[in-house]
Amino acid sequence: MADPSHTALDTAPTILDKPPPPAGPAATPAPPDRPAGVPRRLLRRPLLLAAVLYLLLVAGWALFPSLFTGRDPLLTDAARGLAEPGAEHWFGTDNLGRDLYARVVHGTRISLVAGLLAVALSLTVGALLGLLAGYLGGWLDQLLMRLVEVLVVIPGLLLSLAVVSILGFGTTNVAIAVGVAGIPGFARVVRAEVLRIRTSTYVRAAVTSGQRTPAILLRHVLPNAAPPVLVLAALDIGGAVLSVAALSFLGFGAAPPAPELGALVAQGRDYVSTAWWLTTFPGLVIALIVLATSRVARALERSGVPT
Amino acid sequence: MTRYVLVRVVNGVFVLWAALTVSFLVLHLVPGDPVSVMLRGAGGEGSAVDRAAADELRAELGLDQPVYRQYLEFVANAARLEFGTSFRSGDEVTAVLGRALPATLELAAAALLLTLVIGVAAAVAGSLLPTAPLRSAVLSATVLGNALPSFWTGILLLQVFSFGLGWFPAFGAGTIDQLVLPAVALALPGIGLLAQVLGRSLRTALAEPYVRTARAKGASRLRAVTAHALRNAAIPAMTLFGLMIGGIVAGAVVTETVFAREGIGRLTALSIGAHDFPVIRALVFLAGALYVVVNLAVDLIYPKVDPRIVLRAA
Repeated sequence: MADPSHTALDTAPTILDKPPPPAGPAATPAPPDRPAGVPRRLLRRPLLLAAVLYLLLVAGWALFPSLFTGRDPLLTDAARGLAEPGAEHWFGTDNLGRDLYARVVHGTRISLVAGLLAVALSLTVGALLGLLAGYLGGWLDQLLMRLVEVLVVIPGLLLSLAVVSILGFGTTNVAIAVGVAGIPGFARVVRAEVLRIRTSTYVRAAVTSGQRTPAILLRHVLPNAAPPVLVLAALDIGGAVLSVAALSFLGFGAAPPAPELGALVAQGRDYVSTAWWLTTFPGLVIALIVLATSRVARALERSGVPT
Repeated sequence: MTRYVLVRVVNGVFVLWAALTVSFLVLHLVPGDPVSVMLRGAGGEGSAVDRAAADELRAELGLDQPVYRQYLEFVANAARLEFGTSFRSGDEVTAVLGRALPATLELAAAALLLTLVIGVAAAVAGSLLPTAPLRSAVLSATVLGNALPSFWTGILLLQVFSFGLGWFPAFGAGTIDQLVLPAVALALPGIGLLAQVLGRSLRTALAEPYVRTARAKGASRLRAVTAHALRNAAIPAMTLFGLMIGGIVAGAVVTETVFAREGIGRLTALSIGAHDFPVIRALVFLAGALYVVVNLAVDLIYPKVDPRIVLRAA
C-alpha cells in the first residue's frame, strides 16, 4: 500500500520549490489549460491532496491489480487460515487462507467498475430524458417528468433491489440497478439546465438561422448544460460505489468466490468476533473511496468545472 | 387550504396508482416465467419443472388470465390493501407485512429521533462553537457520517460495543439494549446529511440583520440561534427530513440484515432473494404511500413554521 505513494511524496518538495513539472502524480487530474495553478492549490489543501492521491492509488488497483499484488485472490491455503495482518499478509488472511490484500485490490476493480458503470448509465439515460423533456416540452415533458416523479417516490435502494429482482443477480445487474435508481436525479438537473439555456440568445439565434433541432441540442444546449451535470456525476460516483457494495453485501452481487468489496465485508461478518481485519479493511477502502470522491467533486464544484 | 389538501390527496392517489402500475409491470418484465422461477426456488430439480404443477400454480395465482384482467384485478385488490399470498411462505401478504412492521417501526422511530436530536445538535454546535477548528471538526464529522457504508458501521459497532466492551447484546430485538446499536447504525447517514443542510442554512440565517438586532438587544449567541435563527433555517431541513424517512426504511434492509432483526427490511432482502413478487409489490406500494403521506404532512407543517408560506392549490 505504501509503494505507489512514495513517488508522490518524493516529488512533493520539488513542486513546492519551483513551478512544477506537469508530469507529477498530483498534476495528472489537472485540466490541461492550467498546469501550474492546480498542483500548487492542491498542496495548500492537504486533505484534498490526500484524496487525489488515494483515488490515484485505487485507480491503480483497478487498472493494474497485478502490479500491486503478486498473489492470487482466489488461492486458498488452509495452513494460513485467519492469519493476522503482518509483513507477510498486509491485511491478514481469511478463513480459507486467501490473502485479504490481494482480494481487496482485485475487489476494488470490481466495485469501482460497477460504480462507474452505474453512473455512466444514470448520466446518459438521465441526460437524454432531461434534454428531450426540457427542450421539446409539451406532452413529452409532462409524460417523462411524471415518470421521473414515480421513480422518486420509491427510495433508491428499494428501487435498485426491485430492478435486481427483475434482472437477476450478479455484478453487472447490480450496476444497472444502481444506475436506474440514479436516472431521476440526472433527468431533473439536465431538464432544469436545458430550460434555462433554451431561452438564451444563442439558442434563439441558432433556431432563427435554421439549424436543425438535433444539431442545436448537440452543439449549443448540451455543452452549456454539461458543467453542473458533470459535477453531479462526480458527486454520484461515491454514492454509486456505496450502493453497489450494499447490494453485494446483501448477497445480490458477484457470486461468492469473487472478491467484491461489499461481499468481502459480508464474508468477514461471520468472523467478526475473532478476525477484525476481515471486515475492517474492505469497509475502510470503501469508506475512503466515498470520502475522497466527494471531496474531489466538491473541490471541482467550487472551482467551477473547466468547459 | 381544504382545496389544497384535496388536490394533494388526489395527486398522491395518482402517484400511488402509477407506482402500482410500475410494480405490476415488474412481474411481467421478468425474463422467463415467474411460476417456473418459483417452483425451482421451492426445491424442484433444475429446469425440469413439472408442467401440471406449473399450470395448477398458474391458475391459482391467476397468471393464466389475460394481462389486462390481471392488471384490473391487481389494482382493485391493492385499493382494498390485498396483495395476494406470498410465494415464499404461502401466507397472506398483508399478514406477512403486519408481522414484520412492529420491529421496523420501533427501529425507524428510534433512528429518526436520534437523527433529529443529534443532527440539530451538530448543526447548532457547528455554528456556535467558539473556535474555527472546533467548528470545522464538527463539519468533518458530519461528512464522515454521511460517507460511511452503513453495513460496515453496523459491524464496527458490533465489534466495539458488543464483542469488545460487551455493553450491548449483538443480536435480537425487543429490549431497549438491543435497539441502541441498530438505531445508531441506521441513523448515522441521516445525521450527517441533516447536520450539513441545517448547518448551511443556519449560517445564512445568522448573517441576517434580525440576528444582529437580537444580539444588540442583549440576546446571547445561544439564544440568537435557538430563538431566532433556527426557525428561519428550518425549512430546507424539514424538506430533507421528509425525504429521509423513506431512506431510513430502505436503509433498514441493510441494518436489519446486519443485526438479524426480523422486520420489513429483512423481509425485503429475503423476498428479493426468493423472487417473491407479491411481497415486493406490496413493499413498493408501502414505500410509495409512506412518501406521499410524509411529504403531504411536511408541506402542511411549513406554514406553521414559517407563516409567510401560503399553501395554494396549483
